[in-house]
Amino acid sequence: MKNKTVCYHCGDECKELIVENDKNFCCNGCKQVYLLLNENNLCSYYDFDKNPGIKAMGKFTGKRFEYLEDESVLTKLALFRSDTQVNVNLALPQVHCASCVYLLEKLHQIEPGIIQSKVNFQQREVFISFNPQLISLRKVVELLAFIGYEPNISLKDNTKKSSRKTSKKQIIQLGVAGFCFSNIMMLSFPEYFSSGLIEEHGLKEVFTWLIFFLSLPVLFYSARGIFDPAFKGLRQKDINIDVPIALAIIITFARSYYEIITDTGAGYLDSGTGIIFFMLIGRWFQNKTYDALSFDRDYQSYFPLGVTVIRNGNEENIPLPKLEVDDIIITGNDEMIPADAVLVSGKANIDYSFVSGENSTQEKNPGDLLYAGGRQIGTGIKLRVIKKPSQSYITQLWNNTIFEKNKVSEDSFIHPWSRYFTLALFSIAAIAAAYWYVVDSSKVLPVITSVLIVACPCSLLLTSTFTFGNMLRIFGHNKLYLKNATVIESLSHIDTIVFDKTGTITRQEKSGISYVGIPLSGSEKVLVKYTAAQSSHTLSKTIKNYITDPASIERPEIEAFTEFPGKGIAASANGNKVQMGAATFISPGGKKTSAGNSEVHIKINDTYKGYFEVNNKYRDGISEMAASLSKQFKLHILSGDNDAERENLQRIFGKDTPIHFTVSPQEKLDYILKLQQNKANVLMVGDGLNDAGALMQANVGIAVSDNTSRFSPACDGIIDGNVVNRLSALIHYARSGRFIVSLGFTLSILYNFVGLSFAVQAKLSPVVAAILMPASSISLVAFAILASTIVARRKGVK
Amino acid sequence: MSALFILIGISIMVAGSSLAAFIWSVGNGQYDDDYTPSVRILFDDNNSNSEKN
Repeated sequence: MKNKTVCYHCGDECKELIVENDKNFCCNGCKQVYLLLNENNLCSYYDFDKNPGIKAMGKFTGKRFEYLEDESVLTKLALFRSDTQVNVNLALPQVHCASCVYLLEKLHQIEPGIIQSKVNFQQREVFISFNPQLISLRKVVELLAFIGYEPNISLKDNTKKSSRKTSKKQIIQLGVAGFCFSNIMMLSFPEYFSSGLIEEHGLKEVFTWLIFFLSLPVLFYSARGIFDPAFKGLRQKDINIDVPIALAIIITFARSYYEIITDTGAGYLDSGTGIIFFMLIGRWFQNKTYDALSFDRDYQSYFPLGVTVIRNGNEENIPLPKLEVDDIIITGNDEMIPADAVLVSGKANIDYSFVSGENSTQEKNPGDLLYAGGRQIGTGIKLRVIKKPSQSYITQLWNNTIFEKNKVSEDSFIHPWSRYFTLALFSIAAIAAAYWYVVDSSKVLPVITSVLIVACPCSLLLTSTFTFGNMLRIFGHNKLYLKNATVIESLSHIDTIVFDKTGTITRQEKSGISYVGIPLSGSEKVLVKYTAAQSSHTLSKTIKNYITDPASIERPEIEAFTEFPGKGIAASANGNKVQMGAATFISPGGKKTSAGNSEVHIKINDTYKGYFEVNNKYRDGISEMAASLSKQFKLHILSGDNDAERENLQRIFGKDTPIHFTVSPQEKLDYILKLQQNKANVLMVGDGLNDAGALMQANVGIAVSDNTSRFSPACDGIIDGNVVNRLSALIHYARSGRFIVSLGFTLSILYNFVGLSFAVQAKLSPVVAAILMPASSISLVAFAILASTIVARRKGVK
Repeated sequence: MSALFILIGISIMVAGSSLAAFIWSVGNGQYDDDYTPSVRILFDDNNSNSEKN
């Protein structure tokens, strides 16, 4: 059995074989999905891509999605509602291939109640319209979840929609500018090259007035993308780069209109509209962001949307916001506690890893306070809510003022530069005007305006938008997805890096595990494996995944499985008794052997066998990354976990790196704040909800995600877990961005000198402007893109 | 030379109508997703054949 057998449905390695229709499946869930598809003639799903499925979770029998039957939820989610049709848009981050599209668009074959479903691959969304008389929204979502596409349902107001509307507006502005610019250019050529022929027949007049009218939509519609930020900056008393650009545009158009109306010239409308067109392209290029990723999730995305409460003796599932203080709620196995609550009854064994980063679970007794965000491991428990979800301990972090305002992005260095540039420009204009006042006073105004027209800081904006836009794309290729271009600049100023431990520098899912003790026989191994499989404790899961099935031995029937929360598990199978768990649980007075790692001791039929040692495994290449980063940055490590890993971490990150353990989410935030008060520019790299405050507070917060479709907290960037070790190269690349823009700026100053030399001599004819403008714009754009691509190669960033 | 007036009028009208078409197509959402349609075209319409491979 050398060849790995992979699941026909999901492509995972089959650890236990389930055969159906000559096809292998890794679990019953995958088989069920296959059978469902087969039954509905949808097996082309397996033709478009190899093993396209998503590991199935099994049918949903519970009340997990019951809250979707609530009227207020339905109203919020539905785009359109009538008696016979409901339209919803659901986010499905799992969509990844052609097969997904196929299956999701054929949903109507499985459920006749679904009228139509349409996938938007780039947004990872599906639009579904269904007949509410035949199928409920809950059933639709349950079906999606069953076939592996569990939607991300958010009841927050949809901000995505409005951003899409603005991006549509941007594209239309761009289109209008392009149309008008090209027509104006075409109509201007005869003026430049016909040497007076068009003066006849009034052709010239017609052309000039056509140009006049064509330029109006550019000035009043397209250019608003430049005027609006300029006015906004002025209102905040901040001269950003848009202010001098807006000024130059206004002067160009004003002088051109004056010339056309007084019939004294043709104006510079071709260059004016052209530069607006190019700048709009630059903006659009830079703002092309990763639609499918979300950078502004808050705690609500992590919490369940529905909770089971007991009201008037009945269990019902209500949407989370409707939860009131003193409600009695039921939290089942592996479910999250939605609000701070007191344990009423049941055995609570709470995994706070999500909140604190701590890896072990805590046992609680009735009467104890349980915090929201904890996950119950074991049987269901009854709780009495004492605080509303929005006022819980964990969510209070979000009441911190930093979450209210948008992160103040640092002032880009192009803004002060544009100020100096503008200042220099005004001085040149003043000197030229003074000179012409003496020589020929009629030329003062034309000279001032032509200086301001020809030397607009537009080229600076062009270089920076195209450079940063291209860099964003290159970062994306390297699986670092940044929120926007200003993050690149912030990233280049970083001097201190703070890492979270769990999930960031360690990999949570693949813990290093080894067995110490008397070797287990084949049947004992299977016994231990399937006993562990019964429990959802993280350690049990690790053990279950670690033991491979000996092919010859049949799977035992596990009976009398009991879980002792926080201690261990016991079961029997085929007359054999097995006990697994903490040392004290296996033998009274037993002691852990090693200080750092977690241990699971095994006793079979009352004979002690040995223990599994589980330790956190570090991501590949972390030590190399730490070595190269520590040369240039101050490194810090904050962990919510206990200090079991101190030695390992200190070895990897060096003796001088400050490492803090058992840090609460609030303390992480405060720690960053303290660093910043000491003038540090901090990059925070973290993953969980417990890092959310720190990610927000840091100058740059990057969330690590092993699966970009998974939730990540609010941040400035998302990095794929596999490339965390390349952080050093990526930061270096970010640093070179400024250098490239500076080079481009130098180049544009050379063009400006040429233009200005015409302008101060009062010789700036429209044809010179019309040649200089596109020549400089296009060459600068080419330079920006080429340079940022070449530098990326040099820095080892693909 | 007077033919130019007509020609320019026509040319602007042609260009203008393509601009109008562009604005309409953006508003209509035709640029929202430029990947899925390329996949969708591969799907068979007939639902009869169950197992092909």
